[in-house]
Amino acid sequence: METVKLTIDNKQIEVNKGTTLLKAAHRLGVEIPTLCHMELHDLNIENKPGGCRICVVEVQGRRNLAPACITKCEEGMTIKTHNARVLNARRTVMEFILSDHPKDCLICPKSGHCDLQDMANRLGIREIPGHEIAEMSTYRKDTSPSIIRELDKCIMCRRCEMMCNEVQTVGALSAVNRGFMAVVAPAFEQNLEYSPCTYCGQCVAVCPTGALTEVDHTRDVLRALVDPSKTVVVQTAPAVRAALGEEFGMKPGTLVTGKLVAALKALGFDYVFDTDFAADLTIMEEGTELLTRLGKHLKGEPDANIPILTSCCPGWVNFFEHNYPELKDVPSTAKSPQQMFGAIAKTYFADKISVKRQDMVVVSIMPCLAKKYESQRPEFAVDGNPDVDFSISTRELAAFIKQANIDFNDLPDMDFDRPLGESSGAAVIFGNTGGVIEAAVRTAFEIYTGKKLSRLDFTELRGMEGVRQATIDFNGFPLSIGIAHGLGNARKLLDEVKAGRSKFHAIEVMACPGGCIGGGGQPLHHGDSSILKARAKAIYEEDKNKPIRVSHENPYILQLYKEFLGEPNSEKAHHLLHTHYFDRKAKIIIKK
Amino acid sequence: MGKLNSLADLTKIREESRHRIGLRAKSDSPEGLVQVRVAMATCGMAAGARTIMDFFADELDKRGIGAIVTPTGCMSYCYAEPTVEVQLPGTEPVVYGFVDLKRADEIIEKYIKNGELVEGIIPVNYETID
Amino acid sequence: MAKFRMHLLVCGGSTCRSSESDLIAESLRREIEEKGLQAEVQVIMTGCFGLCGKGPVVRVMPDNAFYVGVKPEDAPVIVAEHVIKGRRVQRLLYAGTAGKEPVSDPKHNGFHRKQIRIALRNCGFINPEDIDEYIARDGYAALGRCLTEMSPAQVVEQIKLSGLRGRGGGGFPTGLKWEIASRNKADQKYVVCNADEGDPGAFMDRSVLEGDPHSVLEAMAICGYAIGATQGLIYIRAEYPLAIQRLKTAIKQARDYGLLGEQILGTNFMFDIEMRYGAGAFVCGEETALIHSMEGERGEPTNKPPFPAESGFLGKPTNVNNVETLASVPVIINKGAGWFSSIGTEKSKGTKVFALAGKINNVGLIEVPMGTTLREVIFEIGGGIKNGRKFKAVQTGGPSGGCLTEKHLDIAIDFDNLIAAGSMMGSGGMIVMDEDDCMVSVAKFFLEFTVEESCGKCSPCRIGNKRLHELLTHITKGNGTMADLERLRNMSLVIKDTSLCGLGQSSPNPVLSTLANFMDEYVAHVSEKKCPSGQCRDLMRYTIIYDKCVGCTACARACPVNAISGERKEVHFIDQDKCIKCGACFEKCKFAAVLIN
Repeated sequence: METVKLTIDNKQIEVNKGTTLLKAAHRLGVEIPTLCHMELHDLNIENKPGGCRICVVEVQGRRNLAPACITKCEEGMTIKTHNARVLNARRTVMEFILSDHPKDCLICPKSGHCDLQDMANRLGIREIPGHEIAEMSTYRKDTSPSIIRELDKCIMCRRCEMMCNEVQTVGALSAVNRGFMAVVAPAFEQNLEYSPCTYCGQCVAVCPTGALTEVDHTRDVLRALVDPSKTVVVQTAPAVRAALGEEFGMKPGTLVTGKLVAALKALGFDYVFDTDFAADLTIMEEGTELLTRLGKHLKGEPDANIPILTSCCPGWVNFFEHNYPELKDVPSTAKSPQQMFGAIAKTYFADKISVKRQDMVVVSIMPCLAKKYESQRPEFAVDGNPDVDFSISTRELAAFIKQANIDFNDLPDMDFDRPLGESSGAAVIFGNTGGVIEAAVRTAFEIYTGKKLSRLDFTELRGMEGVRQATIDFNGFPLSIGIAHGLGNARKLLDEVKAGRSKFHAIEVMACPGGCIGGGGQPLHHGDSSILKARAKAIYEEDKNKPIRVSHENPYILQLYKEFLGEPNSEKAHHLLHTHYFDRKAKIIIKK
Repeated sequence: MGKLNSLADLTKIREESRHRIGLRAKSDSPEGLVQVRVAMATCGMAAGARTIMDFFADELDKRGIGAIVTPTGCMSYCYAEPTVEVQLPGTEPVVYGFVDLKRADEIIEKYIKNGELVEGIIPVNYETID
Repeated sequence: MAKFRMHLLVCGGSTCRSSESDLIAESLRREIEEKGLQAEVQVIMTGCFGLCGKGPVVRVMPDNAFYVGVKPEDAPVIVAEHVIKGRRVQRLLYAGTAGKEPVSDPKHNGFHRKQIRIALRNCGFINPEDIDEYIARDGYAALGRCLTEMSPAQVVEQIKLSGLRGRGGGGFPTGLKWEIASRNKADQKYVVCNADEGDPGAFMDRSVLEGDPHSVLEAMAICGYAIGATQGLIYIRAEYPLAIQRLKTAIKQARDYGLLGEQILGTNFMFDIEMRYGAGAFVCGEETALIHSMEGERGEPTNKPPFPAESGFLGKPTNVNNVETLASVPVIINKGAGWFSSIGTEKSKGTKVFALAGKINNVGLIEVPMGTTLREVIFEIGGGIKNGRKFKAVQTGGPSGGCLTEKHLDIAIDFDNLIAAGSMMGSGGMIVMDEDDCMVSVAKFFLEFTVEESCGKCSPCRIGNKRLHELLTHITKGNGTMADLERLRNMSLVIKDTSLCGLGQSSPNPVLSTLANFMDEYVAHVSEKKCPSGQCRDLMRYTIIYDKCVGCTACARACPVNAISGERKEVHFIDQDKCIKCGACFEKCKFAAVLIN
């Protein structure tokens, strides 16, 4: 590799050709402030439009200052990262940005987690000259089922646009207007609801300010909790336990399952259950469907519909409904664990505790924003009463816990309630990319072959590669599996399926990079992808420590079938646990 | 003309078309060219100036002499129509009167080609008329 | 073939056409037919003559008579008098500058004398819709020469030797650009003609495309040969319908002749050209923004490097040249690099086209050798300041250029001298201001444009320019302080220093140059709350002169806001707090007792 030598702040350094000034400076311990730049190293995701101009540095001999995030090191360069000219420019640019930003930090949902606020602090901005005559660019506030866009706070860093277009290939957000009124929005400044948005929430996950935030349902949950006539049941998704601790100062990757249960109990939920239970149920249903379709496929029947696609991820479901409606019969008909949980809670469990459906409120804690939308789908309600009443994100839960004055770090570990709180290790790994299919393989293998698995860790299905594939030996039958996380990667596999070229029998898709652990409702990673890796590791750790690691051995699942559902894919199971999909191409409408 | 298949084809078109814009090209830079102005007011026209102008235009072209032939207004020598002003490059203009085809031919052959003055000069101080 | 004795050249450029020059041509043709002269006299619609402010223009050849301000109803008199009788129609002859004797031969008037037309060589001379006329003027000979006598490297070398620099504003050496593009290996490369002329009041590219489209097509093919590209693209603003139509015609004609397409002139060289339409965003004149726009992306610039020569249209090596630059290329090949480089200054060779606008007599398009002074351009070619007013400043380089003053008038115009003087060449806009112009308002005016045209990608340009504009407005309203002037300067310097592309890097120039050259006017606005030119309405004060007021009450009755008080036959008084500066009192007063200052 060719290298170049340069001088940064009087220090010599030799770096590989192509290295940016930002990275070279970082190696010298010089941290040049950045705002729009964001890099998720392990996921190969980088946003560097060079737009905010906060990271400008002086390159000797150049007429203008250069943005460190995109300027490549050249032989013999002499760089000053913080001389008077640079500091003045950086401060003035920051004043420009702040002059067009609302000053309502006191009540902003991003306050305390805001990159812009941090930067203002770091640069020591104490006044904004000329603010009394400064016009602000203002826009219509847009509230969708999952995401709120308050674009007065947009600083045009374009991170959301990059996520939406390059990573997710959803194309809901892009820069519109020009000059002072330039902003990132759906086409024609339409509401998100009328765009192809999948509510994956990756835009929210990377937004440095309060411009993109989740719809906050904590007040609704609180209202249900104080209502004595309501029995409030809560379920928590696998990825939540691997991330929630971060909000309370814990190291990324700290598992807080027991404290999470304790916190939910302290908040006053009547029953604290685990979405993992429903994940095991999903495996029973989806695994059975896989084996049925596989059987048909092996017999050469035309309606086999191979490959089978997973359907746990609501962002992914929205994506194919919008982009591949012609393939809507290909994904598994199994509902997502969240919805299976709701359906079972409001029937089987409600009966068990003799509570009427209307008097039960099901709350879900999700790493996800698309779950909010999913819970509001009309097909997931009975007579207008939704199976899941409110879906709140990991971040909302953290805020809720703080509001309730609960000292999270000091909580004892507690166990989930029974019966809907018991789960296998297979269910926990639903939170990672590759986890759903690994869980399905564990069960499908044992049912298909009638043998016990000698090893349960299918490491070939794990990892952070965007598209992965593996072949599992099912007693001589090579089951070919594809995995994609990030919708852009999913698109690659979908295009193959559409073209009839896919060689896979089963494909797992998760909308968010890394899977649910990197979901749009998780604590903000601020561009540090090692956080995602630590969460993934924690999830596999939890799986390892579980006494039961395959779904079909979860005794409460077996009990549920015995007492209520009959058997997997039975008529009752179909009625409660399966769904169908819609062509949403037509939903993208243009109206002003 | 269809496709040009060689440089020669291009040159051919150029030569043909040059002719068409020759008038413009010449008058855009008249320095170095013979300028012939034929008086074309009522009296000139009545005396046959148009024929003379056509003659100059055609013949100068035929005989390969770079020239600009233009009509001009009354030169106020009505008695001597048709009158023609000839200006060789770098010289003062000379006005000939009573120009018929024969004299026109003489003017081209003797004066324009060789600078020999021909009979019929109107030797009065005057200024070119715009 | 008919042998025409006389050619009537009617300007068919957009400016003259908008004053019905097509009707003029039609009436001339009708008159000529009525007189039976259609075999002798030909009427030709040409491209722009340059004297746009005085259009529509008709030039009579071979007499070289230059008629200006012609109307369709003038056709009979031109035919009857000039065509038939040889008598020039005096009242229509171009008079040089106002009040002087009419000049019949354009060679001898100030407007034309100092001009050398290279890029505009065929404009106003040939029929742009007739490829034969272009060929007659040595058109496509340069391409022929390149293909048959020169290697691509030799072509690049010639352009390098000529010293030609980009005419779109940057002034980057064209030959070097070609060389870099030729060195980069790729399966496909592109030649892009930047015809997204966006400077307000600039129309040189439009005029070249309307008047001589083939010169651009030929140059693109030459460039394609030189850098190894087979595809050309013309990015043109959709607001140039006439230029688009002429280009389309020209492309078709060139294809019919096999001058575009495969096996050009019997050689193995292949090149074709397509059009791409821009929606008129100023920033799309910046080459990376232009390329993104052509790709269907948002028209906004990206950081360079990579330069388009490495990674341009669809990621392939792309050479982007402006129209005027390209129009000079065939001449360089035909006449030689040495000839071209003999014109101009040491570091800026050849000629430059300028669009003269503002308070100048000869509003229009001119082409002068580099090194011509601003004084020559403004006072000789431009015919001086309108209405005999006093020259105050000239803005070169379009909206983001700087305002130069009296003391800069003897600067020899070239890329480097203009930058040294605090302005720039830009694409060649030249706006002249006289003593009635308020320089703070002028800076504000230009900022208004850049605020409107910023793409919004980088913060300093998106927000900073807006803040500059706001502060200028603040000052013109009389609310500014001396500290604001310092802030104005600091913001300007930072915007220049930190913006992503040329737009933001130059947009504060009007502010900085007026601050440098007209500080006294700024100070008058902030400390005396006065606008020396009387342009800033909010700083105007209407007062009644004690000695002159007779107390007729006319002003008080005219005042729409009842700001004037006073008894009949007594001196009246204007309440400044109520006055809205509408000027009604000034208009009404018969005794000149109302004073404006």
